[in-house]
Amino acid sequence: MAKIELTDVRKVYPGNVEAVKGVSLSIPDGSFVVLVGPSGCGKSTLLRMVAGLESISSGTVEIGERVVNELEPAERDIAMVFQNYALYPHMSVRGNLQYGLKNRKMASDEIARRVDAAAKMLEIGPLLDRKPGQLSGGQRQRVAMGRALVREPAAFLFDEPLSNLDAKLRVQMRAEIRRLQRRLGTTSLYVTHDQLEAMTLADKLVVLNSGRIEQVGSPMDVYEKPASLFVATFIGSPAMNLLPVGEGGVPGVSASDHLLSPGGRPQILGVRPEHMRLVAETDATQPGDAIFELTVNGVEVVGAESFVYGGLPQGGPEVAVRVAGYSHLEPGTQVRAATSHDAFHRFDRESGRRIVVA
Amino acid sequence: MDGRTPFAGTALQKAVFPNKLLPYLLLAPQVAITIVFFYWPASQALYQSMLKEDPFGLKSQFVGLRNFAQVLGDPDYLNSVKVTIVFSVSTAVLAMALALFLATAAEKVVRGKGFYRTMLIWPYAVAPAVAGLLWLFMFNPSMGTFAYLLRSAGYRWNPLLDGDQAMLLVVVAAAWKQISYNFLFFVAALQSVPRSLIEAAAIDGASSTKRFWTIVFPLIAPTTFFLLVVNTVYAFFDTFGIIDAVTGGGPAQATQTLVYKVYNDGFVNLDLGGSAAQSVILMAIVIALTAVQFRYVEKRVHYA
Repeated sequence: MAKIELTDVRKVYPGNVEAVKGVSLSIPDGSFVVLVGPSGCGKSTLLRMVAGLESISSGTVEIGERVVNELEPAERDIAMVFQNYALYPHMSVRGNLQYGLKNRKMASDEIARRVDAAAKMLEIGPLLDRKPGQLSGGQRQRVAMGRALVREPAAFLFDEPLSNLDAKLRVQMRAEIRRLQRRLGTTSLYVTHDQLEAMTLADKLVVLNSGRIEQVGSPMDVYEKPASLFVATFIGSPAMNLLPVGEGGVPGVSASDHLLSPGGRPQILGVRPEHMRLVAETDATQPGDAIFELTVNGVEVVGAESFVYGGLPQGGPEVAVRVAGYSHLEPGTQVRAATSHDAFHRFDRESGRRIVVA
Repeated sequence: MDGRTPFAGTALQKAVFPNKLLPYLLLAPQVAITIVFFYWPASQALYQSMLKEDPFGLKSQFVGLRNFAQVLGDPDYLNSVKVTIVFSVSTAVLAMALALFLATAAEKVVRGKGFYRTMLIWPYAVAPAVAGLLWLFMFNPSMGTFAYLLRSAGYRWNPLLDGDQAMLLVVVAAAWKQISYNFLFFVAALQSVPRSLIEAAAIDGASSTKRFWTIVFPLIAPTTFFLLVVNTVYAFFDTFGIIDAVTGGGPAQATQTLVYKVYNDGFVNLDLGGSAAQSVILMAIVIALTAVQFRYVEKRVHYA
């Protein structure tokens, strides 16, 4: 058990390519922190620096109370689960699990005890004598987890561990990882590009963009109050609708002047599809509602809900509206959508940062 | 077909040639080459091994297995078997160990990797006899540069008289030529070991030496096994040129391998029947050796 503390961590590759541009992050003892971002944002590099697989160009990484910058991966008291599982193909499952313990010259009865405990916890007991090549993807994933578990490390590091699994198994393993982490209370740092994984697993979500932290917060915090346009569009599916607002408001959207006035600086307004609703012509709208005149471009039926995509009369970005159930709207139909004014997010058009309305 | 990939299996089975003759025509060149260069000479050797020629080569007479009895009872031949074993094992082990060492070192080179590799691969382009001559010139007791250095360092270097030194020289020369080939395969094998496995082992607390022997080495075992077969065959058959150029089988038959003896008895001493019997035995030995390697060594090899 340990906290992990990153202070102004940078990674510069030869040729002056800066992959991580000064990240400071505090991971409390026992918490589950997820690093999320698009590919190339530096999240894996950051994780590998914590693991000791990548040198740290500047800044410090502390695990527990120790600065580990100069320590070998083996000395950092961490265990890592790799994207491709990295199981030793020539060893049995038992061999894989005990490899790290044997290297540490642990007594054989203690090794046996830990391997059996991990096997029981992950339900891989019957597989102990098999080779990784004889296992399914989900079973390999479990073995990889087991190999991390038996070490009883101060922290678990996960590098996109579920991205090689099929969708159904991914959901199942996701829940299992969460349950295990809760039960063991081991500090965990988890890297993913999948926002759904990030949202469901994290105690604390860290959104990374091109080597910098965009936002840190609880998943709901990040979802409800995205700190920047990047976060707003990255988290949530379909992405938040964005409307650039000029002096003349947004063509095709009618609302109180207060909402659409740029307030001195050019802004971008954001509204999530689920905060919009389709209204009939005759429907009375609430005072303060913004009304969108849309021409339907297409409908995406997910099952429990549908997303209606429409265009504003003067062009501009497409707007998505969430509708419960099955929508039968044909492309070309004219619809009106309404949204409450307090559902809007405001972003500075130049900096992309969130504008906090007093 | 292993039956686990039904599509591949059925696709191949359904590829039926409409023309009855075409498949045989397509196979013909390969079959012809094998017949002309292997089956025919091999059967000739087999036939010859049961004949005995008169001293003038005018007529020959059928003697059954007497040639074999004579060869196997000949102390010179048994010495040659011993020499071959020492020579082949030493050459294969030396060539493979050095190549593996160089390949692991090449993995760690950051700058000029391509240059380093190219330089290491070059010796393979040198013909065996030329390689032998190179080493002969370097270590010839009367004019070799290294021989001079060895002697001035107080070492009594004379492979023309000392059988062990002669053996050392041909082993090193033969291994030197094969290192490049082995190096190439080991480099490719090392590159195919996933980096994440080595990283996982590093996190699992294995030192770099331990990582090599417990993770990398077992994973490149298929390549090592392949090279073991190739190197053994090389040491048995393809080193004639080197031995001929460096020692000519001497001194006092100290470097006379089985292949060299076949040549010497057949073409120098003109004992065609005895030479043919030796080559038949040699063929049997190599077939047996390869079979044993596949039967026992390969079982211990993990194919990923």
